[in-house]
Amino acid sequence: MSIDESTAARVAKLARIKVAPEQLPALASEFNTILGFIEQLSEVDVEGVEPMTSVTPQRLKRRADAVTDGSQQAAVLANAPDAREGFFAVPKVVE
Amino acid sequence: MTELNKLGLAEARDALRAGDVTSVELTEACLGAIEGAGALNAFVHHTPEIAADQARAADARIKAGDAPAMCGLPIGIKDLFCTKGVPSQAGSRILEGFLPEYESTVSGNLLEAGAVMLGKLNMDEFAMGSSNETSVYGNAVNPWKVDDRALTPGGSSGGSAAAVAADLCLAATGTDTGGSIRQPAALTGITGIKPTYGRCSRWGIVAFASSLDQAGPMTKSVRDAAIMLETMCGHDPKDSTSADLPVPDFEAMLTGDIKGKKIGIPAEYRMDGMPDEIEMLWTQGAEMLRDAGAEIVDITLPHTKYALPAYYVVAPAEASSNLARYDGVRYGHRARLDQGDGITEMYEKTRAEGFGDEVKRRVMIGTYVLSAGFYDAYYNRARKVRTLIKKDFEDVFAQGIEAILTPATPSAAFGLGEAWDDPVQMYLNDVFTVTVNMAGLPGIAVPAGLDAQGLPLGLQLIGRPWEEGDLLNTAYALEARAGFVAKPGKWW
Repeated sequence: MSIDESTAARVAKLARIKVAPEQLPALASEFNTILGFIEQLSEVDVEGVEPMTSVTPQRLKRRADAVTDGSQQAAVLANAPDAREGFFAVPKVVE
Repeated sequence: MTELNKLGLAEARDALRAGDVTSVELTEACLGAIEGAGALNAFVHHTPEIAADQARAADARIKAGDAPAMCGLPIGIKDLFCTKGVPSQAGSRILEGFLPEYESTVSGNLLEAGAVMLGKLNMDEFAMGSSNETSVYGNAVNPWKVDDRALTPGGSSGGSAAAVAADLCLAATGTDTGGSIRQPAALTGITGIKPTYGRCSRWGIVAFASSLDQAGPMTKSVRDAAIMLETMCGHDPKDSTSADLPVPDFEAMLTGDIKGKKIGIPAEYRMDGMPDEIEMLWTQGAEMLRDAGAEIVDITLPHTKYALPAYYVVAPAEASSNLARYDGVRYGHRARLDQGDGITEMYEKTRAEGFGDEVKRRVMIGTYVLSAGFYDAYYNRARKVRTLIKKDFEDVFAQGIEAILTPATPSAAFGLGEAWDDPVQMYLNDVFTVTVNMAGLPGIAVPAGLDAQGLPLGLQLIGRPWEEGDLLNTAYALEARAGFVAKPGKWW
């Protein structure tokens, strides 16, 4: 498995991280080093093994389906880079 | 009495209760030590006013006869914990200016028990690193020094480790996803325990890899670790993976009696190229436990070598998902936009500016292994390998093994800037610790000796799930026999 520049660019796009074109070769090469290391996993016989979903065999706790929190608009917006009229503000999304 | 900042939690607690010292005095001693230790870059946000208020309140509580476990004890909090109204950046630029509106459950438990917060501690960005070099604040520095090189305190809880080792605080919180408590503890000659997954609530701790992250104490002794862990633990309805199990009195379980206990020595932890000193220390550790009456048994954990590669699929995958929240909308940094930039450009520029290189690398690796066409080959395979790693441990525990002794790290502290030739070389630092996170088990690093240069080395004990009390007691017996008392000479 080898990652080329176009794959590196695609992954950066999926992760929503801007990467300048001149940085792509170095990025692709780092990915290949890390994936080369991960490649060892193909040696393991995993036939019939269940993929782990929870490391402790506990059932998630249930609670009554009731409102337990809310009405904290000011606290929710307190750290927003741009909050206006009680909303988060972002660049125009719909043309 | 020695300088007050040099005390451990147990000694300071006893002195407070006896009326020999006040929390205000302890706190002032620590604040003075912090002031003089800028060169270590351990504390990155200082909260002396909060500390002074909390110390006065603690003194009043003690006077009134209400002195819970941590009452009046000054500690440092890793920057990963959200602390109400106090900067909590996870060592990242993307959380610059973030002031949480809430307190993490673990730091809240400590404050409720009377602890005094001195400030926030340096760490690798989003806890991704083993040398504290990925921090937006610049690296913390190990107080141990043998030549003119500045050494790493380890990571990711490097600021916590440096602060405790240099007596800037009595103890500190850490978090551990692949070894981030135990590796820095070992490199700085202190004690650090990662409890069983689910013991400590993760609520309010900035998430890295949610199925692996656990908080724990970093302290000057095993007794101190027992005291502080007990306060940090407990069920929390706000974390669905937090265990609803009673928390035992860990300190009361420190008898030092480990007669007849079966301790396993796993063959697979004997790595090629492991320094002789680490091998020797490991053998000596086994001798010490045998001397204390334990039975030493050779065991095998066949999938050990696959833990680190499996971790580097599972952890980045979870990180890629967790860190998707940093979008420049709700909190933290937002990039300055150019004319015509839309929301996608805002996300991409914000994340490019806000994340450091290692975080970007891991988020993108995670994105790749979760992407269509690769999910089965990488992510699902890694989760299957994780099942096998856990089964290795279950098998030896079923054979009656009660704890496992291993080295804590493959080397002593290395020079800052020395290990970045390729990312995988840095990842190997966690080779002995990461198995424990993959299996959700408790693990503790105990300082056990010095190498030829005079740098501390640690041993790791791994316990059965939920048996932190028993594990701490075994560590207590090891600590007593190792008799590690060395401290770094003050140069800062």
